Amino acid sequence: MQKRLVLDQEQIGIIIQRFCHQLIENHHDFENTVLLGLQPRGVVLLDHLAPVLERISGKKIPVGYLDATFHRDDFRRRDFPLKANETKIDFLVEGKSVILVDDVLYKGRSVRAAMDAMIAFGRPQKVELMVLVDRKLTRDYPIMPDYYGIRVNTLESQYVVVEWESQGQEKDAVWITEKVKN
Amino acid sequence: MSQLSSRHLLGIKNLSATDIQLILDTAENFKEVINRPIKKVPSLRDITIANVFFENSTRTRLSFELAEKRLSADVINFSSSNSSVKKGETLVDTVNNILSMKVDMVVMRHSSPGAPHFLARNVKANIVNAGDGTHEHPTQALLDAFSIREKLGTLEGKRVAIIGDILHSRVALSNIFCLQKMGAEVMVCGPITLLPKHIESLGVKVELDIKKALQWCDVANVLRIQLERQQIKYFPSLREYSLYYGINKKLLNQLDKEIVIMHPGPINRGVELSSDVADSEHSIILEQVQNGVAVRMAVLYLLAAVKN
Repeated sequence: MQKRLVLDQEQIGIIIQRFCHQLIENHHDFENTVLLGLQPRGVVLLDHLAPVLERISGKKIPVGYLDATFHRDDFRRRDFPLKANETKIDFLVEGKSVILVDDVLYKGRSVRAAMDAMIAFGRPQKVELMVLVDRKLTRDYPIMPDYYGIRVNTLESQYVVVEWESQGQEKDAVWITEKVKN
Repeated sequence: MSQLSSRHLLGIKNLSATDIQLILDTAENFKEVINRPIKKVPSLRDITIANVFFENSTRTRLSFELAEKRLSADVINFSSSNSSVKKGETLVDTVNNILSMKVDMVVMRHSSPGAPHFLARNVKANIVNAGDGTHEHPTQALLDAFSIREKLGTLEGKRVAIIGDILHSRVALSNIFCLQKMGAEVMVCGPITLLPKHIESLGVKVELDIKKALQWCDVANVLRIQLERQQIKYFPSLREYSLYYGINKKLLNQLDKEIVIMHPGPINRGVELSSDVADSEHSIILEQVQNGVAVRMAVLYLLAAVKN
């Protein structure tokens, strides 16, 4: 199987640092800002980002996990239902600036579902999207990231795989692979 | 990814341990949903569910209806007392007439054991058994299992005593299947006249002395005396039943441990449970009711997802 490395551990580290500085630039003291990681994989990125952000900003920043499984538009259209994950949000997002964090932006459908799911926790003042990898020209919905790590050109026949050392992989890395044809 | 092995929920008997595990895990997610500020998710949008109740029910019907509405399904309700069943229509005809109005799922309660199985063979929709006579009541067993797991962390190796009218209880049978599949030990306890013959062939312990049963168990699931199903006298009087099998604070205080008290409702206060027990911190009766909605949401969600 063809496999191409797009980001290595060092580059991912630099991107996370950059994300933190961009967030501080736009959100100042984080008085009114919360971060929501999208289950399942956006949460991993958020878990990497949050401690760095807290160290650099010196502030405790509210973070939560958001699962959009029950809000997806492909229920009963997939071969198998997606398994739901934990939603853990100990605050209301009413009037807050929310930053949604995910690993890969592809069709934009997960983000649409996530915004739908988020509304159950209040009406946010502003919503931003942060993704590690933005797949260009593959969108089904008019959704663009406010912060992205890298923008890649990919085909429908390809996967973007994000691996994390903390998840049992060898190193943090982003790969582009070919889908296996049946 | 995982899905249920059947497109109907007819009973616990034909579910696998993996199925039960999947339902309980999914119910956990839905329990979080129903505790949100906004308790509704759009999962079953565009799915129509008919609640067909040929037998009276308050709690189960409300619980199903709420679960359906929380999942954004369209709901129609039908009860036999004011329907064409009185005019002689057959079960299959009644249900097929409902289905021809583009209904996707049928939740049915019926007084005849096996009625939902019969329906599943003869109509196209997904069937959920909401209680068939004295046979099974699968969603009650699932919510009981969920409540025990939530309270004690696991079902594996836990001891559950089912106490009271086992003979007329569909809750008892479904509970026995469900608990055993999840690795719990089960005991039934009640007056000998209210225990089915050969019940021990299901692999449950049988105990006639309530004190011994309570001493043995971690959880006591106390059943209602179903007077409406008893055509003959199974015990001399309710007072005598309460004296020998009623659970009160005094009885619990005699134990050298704390046990969890459950009841599927409705409670006959002062008969099988005294008020000081029903309202005590040992009782998880009201949690059971809340969990009922989450478990039913999980069942409907997972059944809707099964591909034909």
